Amino acid sequence: MMGLLFFVFVLAIFLGFELISKVPSQLHTPLMSGSNAISGITIVGALVAVGFSHGGPLVTVLGVIAVAAAMINVVGGYLVTHRMLGMFKSKSADRK
Amino acid sequence: MSQHIQNLLGHAAPFINYLYILASVLFIIGLKMLSRADTARKGNLISAVGMLIAIVATCLLVGMEYKWILVGIAIGSAIGAIAAQSVKMTSMPEMVGLLNGFGGLASMLVAWAEYHKWHAMGWAEYAKTLLPDNPAAASEVFAAVAIAFTAVVGALTFSGSLIAFLKLAEWMPGKPILFRGQQFVNALVVLAILAAGAIFCMAPTGPNAYIAIAVLMVAGLILGITSVIPIGGADMPVVISLLNSYSGIAAAAAGFIILNNVLIVAGSLVGASGIILTQIMCKAMNRSLANVLFSGFGATKSSAKGEGYKGEAKPISAEDTYLLLEAARSVVIVPGYGMAVAQAQHSVRELGELLAANGCDVRYAIHPVAGRMPGHMNVLLAEANVPYEQLVEPQDVNPIMETVDVAMVIGANDVVNPAAREDKSSPIYGMPIINVDQAKTVIILKRSMASGFAGIDNPLFFKDNSRMLFGDAKATVSALVSEFKSA
Repeated sequence: MMGLLFFVFVLAIFLGFELISKVPSQLHTPLMSGSNAISGITIVGALVAVGFSHGGPLVTVLGVIAVAAAMINVVGGYLVTHRMLGMFKSKSADRK
Repeated sequence: MSQHIQNLLGHAAPFINYLYILASVLFIIGLKMLSRADTARKGNLISAVGMLIAIVATCLLVGMEYKWILVGIAIGSAIGAIAAQSVKMTSMPEMVGLLNGFGGLASMLVAWAEYHKWHAMGWAEYAKTLLPDNPAAASEVFAAVAIAFTAVVGALTFSGSLIAFLKLAEWMPGKPILFRGQQFVNALVVLAILAAGAIFCMAPTGPNAYIAIAVLMVAGLILGITSVIPIGGADMPVVISLLNSYSGIAAAAAGFIILNNVLIVAGSLVGASGIILTQIMCKAMNRSLANVLFSGFGATKSSAKGEGYKGEAKPISAEDTYLLLEAARSVVIVPGYGMAVAQAQHSVRELGELLAANGCDVRYAIHPVAGRMPGHMNVLLAEANVPYEQLVEPQDVNPIMETVDVAMVIGANDVVNPAAREDKSSPIYGMPIINVDQAKTVIILKRSMASGFAGIDNPLFFKDNSRMLFGDAKATVSALVSEFKSA
């Protein structure tokens, strides 16, 4: 079980290295912002923490704050990236 | 094998696991598409759909209670949406840093909440929440290591990102903050983390375990602060990139606590991508990551400051600048953070168009670390509709710099500092720069004679072919534009 999780972990790390090894420089900021939004995946952990709140009120409080913080990361991250990339799009549309 | 798969499902009905796989695939495709100009926008949307699927799938887990989930989601979404819509393009770097900090905070709180459950319920019951079908397969030591690691990395991501945000927003000084015994304090904090980590992992249910996890979080927060404050503002792009990677690693570690594949896959992807981007940034500055993080700019700065650069900076008026530009056959514009602060990108584009209409060859030389984060200038110039073909990189423009009539430096400083080439005692010695000093004339638009964000003197200002055009970048460029229009 734990071995299998590590297997997934190591494969995903290598996949990440290979995926983005070549990026044009104008995309560095949007890419950083976009991958920052993906790191909001910790929302899944926050949902599990608050959704199964067997541990009493403290778990609920911590969990709600965690969900809110992760959600700020997710929503803010995707929208900010979308706005930045929108500028590239409008530019190419102008040229056509 | 089927037992393994059974274990991995956790609370999940099989279809939830399929949804997680689908979300992971969408993240991978999304990241891939984000790294290409023509597909980037679509890639971001695909990755967002993946996130939505992961969230919905998690909510479908058996036995979830929704009341508090909805409260958290509503608050977080509202704050995130408002922040993203209201932030100015020029403040994007600190925004990304701040958002990243919230991700780290969430991971730290997940670790704390999960440990509190464990503490309150006892291992036997807690293991059932991790692996309802086969609680015996969950490992206490494994969970303890994952919780300790997530708590520390999450805490350090949170406080480090906050400091990066404060520095970039200039709510605190961008210069390196150094104090006596700093290395000693850092060493002490790292020791505290190792000791508390060992105590916690060896006896996660022992009498001192809760204190140990508290120490881990506090020490993580302190380490985030003490490791970012001595790093100069000029190195912030690297720091943000690295912290982005950390938040991914923290998320992946949280995945090891609750034994969740999608957390591990997405977190690892971000962790790896952040490291790659960090390396690209370090390479652009000809420095190693260790050098950026541990030497700071502080160690060598005093000696460079001591020598100083003597000479007289020669000011020039907007009218004379116009005459120079009007006669120029080729112009290279070098934008920097000053252009971002002054919101001058639209005026700059207008000036570029007027120059081109005047038969001049216009290029924008973009240094990879100009501004406050990688590609910062590209984003701003794209916002202002500057044609992509006019953007060139330093290695492309440097060989032809001697043929350039006018190099116009707009609010950039450290990336055009010839000390990087000539002065071995300079802290930025060896960093590739844009060699504007080799152009026939250099016009430097600047608010004052103050040194750049890195706090280093710039001998460029005193060269014979340099002229200083003082004033707010936007006002100055607008003045040049109106000179052209009235001519």
